[in-house]
Amino acid sequence: MTLLSADGLTKRFGGVLAAKDVSFALNAGEMLAIIGPNGAGKSTTFNMVGGQLKPDGGRVTLAGHDITGMPPREVCRLGVGRTFQVAQTFLSFSVLGNVQMALIAHHGQTRRLLAEASAMHREAALALLDRVGMAAQAGRPIGELAYGDVKRVELAIALAAAPRLLLMDEPTAGMAPAERASLMALVSAIAQREGIGVLFTEHDMDAVFAHADRILVLVRGEIIARGTPEEVRADPEVQRVYLGHSGTRAAARARRAAHG
Amino acid sequence: MEWSFLLVQALSGLASASSLFVIASGLTIVFGVTRIVNFAHGSFYMLGAYVAVTLVPWLLEFDRSPWLFFAGVLVSAVVVGLFGVLMEVTLLRRIYRVPELFQLLATFGVVLIVQDLVLLAWGPVDIPGPRAPGLRHGVYILDQRFPAYELFLIFVGPAVLALLWLLMHRTRFGVLIRAATQDREMVGALGVNQAMLFTGTLFLGAALAGLGGALQIPRVSANPQMDLSVITEAFVVTVIGGMGSVPGAFLAALLIGQLQAFGVLVFPKITLVLVFLLMAAVLVVKPWGLLGRPEAAAGRAVLPEGILDPRPLDLAGKLLAAVALLGVLALPLLDAYAVKVGTEVLVLALAAFSLNFLVGNGGIVSFGHAAYFGLGAYGAGLLVTRAGLPMEPALVAAPIVGGASAALFGFFVVRLSGIYLAMLTLAFAQIAYAVVFQWVEVTGGDNGLVGVWPSAWAASREAYHYLTAAVTVAAIVFLRRVIHAPFGATLRAARDSAQRADAIGVDVRMHRWLGFTLAGAAAGLAGGLYAFSKGSIDPTLLGIPLSVDFLSMILLGGIQSVLGSIAGAAAFHAVKDFFMPLTDHWRLFLGLSIIAMVLIFPRGLAGAWASLRGRAA
Repeated sequence: MTLLSADGLTKRFGGVLAAKDVSFALNAGEMLAIIGPNGAGKSTTFNMVGGQLKPDGGRVTLAGHDITGMPPREVCRLGVGRTFQVAQTFLSFSVLGNVQMALIAHHGQTRRLLAEASAMHREAALALLDRVGMAAQAGRPIGELAYGDVKRVELAIALAAAPRLLLMDEPTAGMAPAERASLMALVSAIAQREGIGVLFTEHDMDAVFAHADRILVLVRGEIIARGTPEEVRADPEVQRVYLGHSGTRAAARARRAAHG
Repeated sequence: MEWSFLLVQALSGLASASSLFVIASGLTIVFGVTRIVNFAHGSFYMLGAYVAVTLVPWLLEFDRSPWLFFAGVLVSAVVVGLFGVLMEVTLLRRIYRVPELFQLLATFGVVLIVQDLVLLAWGPVDIPGPRAPGLRHGVYILDQRFPAYELFLIFVGPAVLALLWLLMHRTRFGVLIRAATQDREMVGALGVNQAMLFTGTLFLGAALAGLGGALQIPRVSANPQMDLSVITEAFVVTVIGGMGSVPGAFLAALLIGQLQAFGVLVFPKITLVLVFLLMAAVLVVKPWGLLGRPEAAAGRAVLPEGILDPRPLDLAGKLLAAVALLGVLALPLLDAYAVKVGTEVLVLALAAFSLNFLVGNGGIVSFGHAAYFGLGAYGAGLLVTRAGLPMEPALVAAPIVGGASAALFGFFVVRLSGIYLAMLTLAFAQIAYAVVFQWVEVTGGDNGLVGVWPSAWAASREAYHYLTAAVTVAAIVFLRRVIHAPFGATLRAARDSAQRADAIGVDVRMHRWLGFTLAGAAAGLAGGLYAFSKGSIDPTLLGIPLSVDFLSMILLGGIQSVLGSIAGAAAFHAVKDFFMPLTDHWRLFLGLSIIAMVLIFPRGLAGAWASLRGRAA
């Protein structure tokens, strides 16, 4: 069934049309990637879905609810977890504390004045950290972690809201290649096992073509192609505008060289 | 009302707008480049006036020509500019990288020092300046007499704006100022000599303030209160215009000049309130001011300056707390004076703790916390003196008044962040101060209220001490509990990353608002207790100096410590109480201490305690 659908999303910044009539649908358990060159409108589209930006036109519906223009906190309460291009965590908290905080928020307990916050939802938080492979680091201040590990913790924070949909803006940006592959494999496993829909933007084509079920190609605010990874790779328009003929050949050469 | 009258009113509005712009332009340029909100800008203005009332009459002895008058004014501006250079080289240079709260406090230390030095050099008596030769007459505009000097002032503002525009667009120095205002790191990366740029900027900024002050001498006598009265207005102008924007400051000065000129006709007593209401309205619609730009995007991974992960008290901490509590209880065994000081320390400790609940735990740097303390005191005091109620209901009302006013002001405050937030809290505190000061029929104005005495059972010093101890300790224990509870954690989370907090479903603004209200209520309670301990209240309980005292206490205690502000309050009050009677120059002493604290003791007593115990502070 359709989990998320965007219909005719449009956003204008001054004279720039950042997104023009962007429409797509995402099913539960499906991974949908938005790709495109810098300035194509990926983050704009993304932020209109997540509530960080209000669209000028169009509609976003989540499992039949109209969520157009809702603030992020309400979008979150309807079951949307989100990670950011530059990981956003609570720097003064421990790794465990970050996830506990997310659980406290998820359970609507943020106004409690007397309970001991550090004792709440410990087990659930540890279980979430275990799912992303970070349980062993639970007691450390999050500021001490390597960036790839911070991204994993951020995923655990997003999962704390028991989301039906994960929004991941460049989940592997700033990570080492080995870390990227393992993070994407983790996300894909979680999505499949739990039927969570994942919408992500990504510059790393390996990650996109390896894990996306479907791909949208956005150029100058417009969708120029959509389909399975194979279809998109073969699309002459995509090759021309985005991957580029020479780019495709160069990539193929580089791959042959790398793999002998 | 006649048209001619309205015209003259508008003209006098333009004249004050002009003066205000000259001062505010310097403040905004300095902020743009150094990102420091310079409290001492008002001191530069005052120095400008004092230097001019000394220099100009001396020059006019030679020849009463307009040229010598204006030469004297310009030389005064240059002299003050050199004071700016002195301040940059000796102080500001060392604090560009420290958190903005510390910068504000350090520049306020300079304010205190300059106040005392001015008193030393020129004495406490107002010094009238000479009138400008050639501009002493009146001009008739539609049958209304208008002073020629005011007419002249109207043209000074646009002239300064034009000169600044030329400077900014036609000189290398000006281009660098504009570049640094937009992106300081990039200017540094391009190999620009930053030290020269910053020193030059301070010269320019201070000289503009000095020029503003020197130009005032035909209108107002030089007096030692000029600094704080002008700095609030200059802050308001720069905030409304957008900090760092010179054209914005011009626009805002025009708005405020007219608002004051016509506001005084409609609401003669509350023009200040009108001005602040304008500021609040502008900031709600445009949080960065009319022509300002958003502060550099967050997302840097730096640990916040404040309470990190609060832990339960360890054994040593528990022992220390127990000793402190025993000391409080045992004070009546000593003399009456010790009890009096002890009661005051308890009250201040609660006020400081409530402030650090905002600053240290919530990252909400309130520069006007005394407002809620003072309003709590007035709430209680008015109930006793005007409504004839006994102490008990008045003490219940104090936190309600403090909390309600914090809720009202906080509604606007929590929409902002950083320096804009600090300026708005300061502005609201000044509104509250102005209302209490000017509403003489109810509040007694400057004289305040007397006869705020406790009920008979708590009338003795000792009994009142124990009452205060019970209430303040209970309130502090409660607030500490809240810091450890989900609500406190949520405030820290919102401080660390508002974006992340929003994305996990937290209504950031609502929580910050509730936190602001809770802290205001606690400060109001402290104010109520204070009123009954003194028996009288006056408007200084809402003033900037008391707000700065509270900030000094939490800084001295260490804002990253949960309980440090209690020690900070005790140490600060004990030292102030000890030194103030000994010296006529306690402001100088206090100012130097604040600066020393910022420079060499930035983690406060709690930091020292932690390193003493071998932990990494």
